Amino acid sequence: MPSFDLRTSALRELNRALHALPPDTNETHWTIANPDGRHAIAVGLDAPVSVEIDGHVGYYCAGMNKRASVVVNGNAGVGVAENMISGFVHVRGDASQAAGATAHGGLLLIDGNAGARCGISMKGVDILVKGSIGHMSAFMAQAGTLTVLGDAGEALGDSLYEARLYVRGTVKSLGADCVEKEMRDEHRAELFARLKQAGLAGEVDPGEFRRYGSARSLYHFHVDNAGAY
Amino acid sequence: MCGIVGLFLKNPRLEPQLGALLATMLETMTDRGPDSAGFAIYGSPADMLKLTLRGPDSATLAAVVAALEAATGQAYGAEARDTHIVLSVPAAAEEAVRDWLCAHAPGIDVVSAGRRMEIYKEVGLPAAVARRFGLAGMAGSHGIGHTRMATESAVTTDGAHPFSTGPDECLVHNGSLSNHNDLRRRLRRAGLSFATQNDTEVAAGYLTWRMREGASLRQALESSLDDLDGFFTFVVGTETGFAVLRDPIACKPAVMAETGDYVAFGSEYRALVGLPGIAAATVFEPEPARVYVWERQ
Repeated sequence: MPSFDLRTSALRELNRALHALPPDTNETHWTIANPDGRHAIAVGLDAPVSVEIDGHVGYYCAGMNKRASVVVNGNAGVGVAENMISGFVHVRGDASQAAGATAHGGLLLIDGNAGARCGISMKGVDILVKGSIGHMSAFMAQAGTLTVLGDAGEALGDSLYEARLYVRGTVKSLGADCVEKEMRDEHRAELFARLKQAGLAGEVDPGEFRRYGSARSLYHFHVDNAGAY
Repeated sequence: MCGIVGLFLKNPRLEPQLGALLATMLETMTDRGPDSAGFAIYGSPADMLKLTLRGPDSATLAAVVAALEAATGQAYGAEARDTHIVLSVPAAAEEAVRDWLCAHAPGIDVVSAGRRMEIYKEVGLPAAVARRFGLAGMAGSHGIGHTRMATESAVTTDGAHPFSTGPDECLVHNGSLSNHNDLRRRLRRAGLSFATQNDTEVAAGYLTWRMREGASLRQALESSLDDLDGFFTFVVGTETGFAVLRDPIACKPAVMAETGDYVAFGSEYRALVGLPGIAAATVFEPEPARVYVWERQ
């Protein structure tokens, strides 16, 4: 069980060691002490290992993650799990802006609040925030789900493509081309699966959520808008 | 880019350490602003008005102060720190001293005035700037620092933060304002004067003007959301207050930490790591367009 103290070991050394892991490694649980807000901790992982970070992390923690589980026992700075491909990233505190930006897959679980632009341009990731999210979240989101147990800030889902947004609390305002949609059985089932994945099955009622998605009116050029260009 | 740090002490027992804590925070933000650095420190209240002057070097400053003292027949208890010198001036004599400096000491700037606040700023790496002025040895109740990566105006000491446009008032800024020229014109008509073409100085002037008209620090910052256009994270100091405001889009980063002993601000959490008891502090990101104010009792 390798452990790194980032006050005594260089961050570059840690990331290099994580990148060198073969797929069948026996070193499957890593612990990191004193992250002290450093940027780019545990980025670019590509092995089925778990990494536990004890403290607050800076920007882009667990960025580009593939297959690994990364747990942050603290807050995360800008862009946690940005461009994640697969695996699991769990922030036990709050996350700053652009959490899960452009991520293609995997699960990003945030126990606290997420700042602005949560899930911006998300491409297939499942994001679940137990608290609230900031403004412009899911901007240009293309695929995946964003589930929020708290409230959403201004302009939720602006210029949205096909991602599905489930919000239990209030939404301050919807962005361009984002509309509330009917919650059908398939959506309740999908939401239940997401809640179950986050360990919330039976604790949170999918019936309390509203669903938001794209009105699909910005998909194609419309001749009536020609004057606007 | 730019980095901001701020520390507002609730527990007076930490006051002797204010400068040392702030110096560490400032140095950590070097990556965000290596061009120049500056800081404001609020020390114990003086009976006299503290005028902080800045000049090209300590010898020039000493000569100017000697000439000033000879011309006015008064001693001002000057305390020199590298390119800055702090004079203790009776409030009634402030105008006469400023007039004399204006007439006889071109190239000497009055950086700040106040009962408690002193401002120091210079071009260079933050650690070097802090060392030149002996920041680590300074005591006080609150302090604000800035590391600058210049974008809107040249790398000069004039462009370094904090900016002060009123007694015991200072402001540091990460971001850029787009309506500062128009606002500067309007504030000049209201009687304010500006030393630079810098956008941040206009924001400082705006708050000074609002507070002069009777607004509280909170009210002045709330109205700035309507009147300032651009990107900003502000940290503001007054004689007894400490405030934070981010623009509604929250373009520029901000992290805060609060304990029973202090409130601290950093552009990044890294800046707060050295503070006592930080592991148990409430760490949060200030919300966009929300004014945060702390006042000393």
